[in-house]
Amino acid sequence: MTQVLIPSQLTSYTEGATRVAAAGATVGAVLDDLDRRFPGLKFRVVDEQDRVRRHMRIFIGREETRSVAHPLGDADELLIFGALSGG
Amino acid sequence: MTEAIRLLIGTRKGAWFLDGDAERADWRLNGPKFLGQIVNHLVADPRDPRVVMAAVSTGHLGPTIQRSTDAGRTWTEASRPPAFPKGEPHGRSVNHTFWLEPGHASEPGVWWAATSPPALFRSADGGDTWESVAGLNEHPKVLDWLPPDGGTPDGAIVAGIAIDPRDAAHMYLATCSAGVLETTDQGATWRPLNQNVRCDFLPDPYPEYGQDAHQIALSPTNPDRIWQQNHCGIYRLDRPGERWERIGEAMPREVGDIGFSIVPHARCDQTAWVFPMDGTEVWPRVSPGGRPAAFRTRDGGATWERQDKGFPAEQGWFTVKRQAMCGDAASPMGLYLGTTGGEVWASTDEGESWRQVAAHLPEIYSVAVAPQA
Repeated sequence: MTQVLIPSQLTSYTEGATRVAAAGATVGAVLDDLDRRFPGLKFRVVDEQDRVRRHMRIFIGREETRSVAHPLGDADELLIFGALSGG
Repeated sequence: MTEAIRLLIGTRKGAWFLDGDAERADWRLNGPKFLGQIVNHLVADPRDPRVVMAAVSTGHLGPTIQRSTDAGRTWTEASRPPAFPKGEPHGRSVNHTFWLEPGHASEPGVWWAATSPPALFRSADGGDTWESVAGLNEHPKVLDWLPPDGGTPDGAIVAGIAIDPRDAAHMYLATCSAGVLETTDQGATWRPLNQNVRCDFLPDPYPEYGQDAHQIALSPTNPDRIWQQNHCGIYRLDRPGERWERIGEAMPREVGDIGFSIVPHARCDQTAWVFPMDGTEVWPRVSPGGRPAAFRTRDGGATWERQDKGFPAEQGWFTVKRQAMCGDAASPMGLYLGTTGGEVWASTDEGESWRQVAAHLPEIYSVAVAPQA
C-alpha cells in the first residue's frame, strides 16, 4: 500500500483525513483506488485526458511527476499538493 | 402581494442566497455555500424549485457540479461531471462549467451545461451524470466555430443556452467565437445564426460566424423574439427571420450599446433591459462615465430610456457580468443585478428606481431568481 498525503483542498472527500493508504502500481492506479473510496476525488486532481490539473502537483517522495503512468512501489509515498493558484 | 423571492448568487468565492420578503423590501443573506470555490452559475429548476444546481470549481481543483434537492440545504456532487470523452481527438478537457440550463418542461430531469472550453453537455438524470453532446462537440467545424483557446479572459466559452418553450428540440447557444448557433434536432446538428451581426474585431465585419454573443434571451410570451447583447451591440431577431436588427443603434451615443446582459420582460415582448458598459478605446467594461444606469426599451428597441434613479450619480464604476442580471415574474416586474464589486442592486418597479440590497460579497458572477420552495 502507498501512503498518500492529502492536501486541504481534498479533505472534504476523505472525511478530514490528511494521510490515507491506497493500492496501485502507478500514480493513476493509486488515484483510481482513492476514487473508489472517495468518489469524485480523482477528477478534481486529474482531467479526463489523464493530465494532472494545472495547479495541482504530485510528488513521489521528493520527485515531482506530471504523469499518471509513473510507477510506484509499496515503499513510495505519494504527496498531492494544491499549488499556487491566484488570489 | 407578490410571492417571497430568493436570489441565487454565484461568486468567485462561493454561493449565497439572498431572500426577500413578499414585498421585496427586506432582504437577508443566507450563506456562504462552497466558500472559496468558484461558482460560475447557480440555478433553480422551474420544474421543481427544490432542485438547485451549481457549477463549481476552484483555483486548484477540477470542475464539478453540485446538486441540491432540498432548496440548497444539502448538496451532492455529480458522480460524473461534464467531461469530454477520454482520448478525444482535440485533447480537450473541461476547465469549468459556465452556464447551467434546466431542460424543457416536457423533459423532467434533463439539464444542459455550457462549458469552457466551449462545449455542450447534457444530463438526463437531474445532473448526476453528464454526456458530451457529440453533434456540437464533435462537429466537423468545431475548431473553427469554437476554438478551445482564446475567448474571454477566463477562457473561451459557450456563454448561454436558450430553449424554445414550444419545442424541446429547438435550442440556441450564445458563444464567444461563433455567435449564435441554432439546432432544431436537440443538438444533433447546428448552424450559425448571425446575419447582420457585426464583428468589429475581424477583417470581414459581417462573417457567417466569429461573433461574440455575450447573452441571448427569448421573450417568455413570444419565444420567436430573440434578444441579444453582443460584444458589438444590442440586437433583436424575430423568427422565422434570419437577419438580426441592431436595435442598440438607438442608444445614446455617449453610452453606446456594449454590455454583457439583456433581460426581456416577463410578459411584454416589446420590453427589455440592458446594463451598458464602456466599450470604447481599451474597453474599460465599467459603467460609461462612472454613472451606472439600466436602459429600457418598451417598443422593441426603437427607443431606449435611461433608468438610473438610486444608482450613484457619479464615481460608480460597475461591471455586471453575463449571468449577473435577471428579472422576476412579479407585477410590477423586479430586476436584479450583481456587480463585480460584490454589490446586489434591486428594482421592484421595472427599473424606475434601484437600491442596493446586499454588499461586501466577492466578485459576483451570476444572479438568478428562484421561487421559494
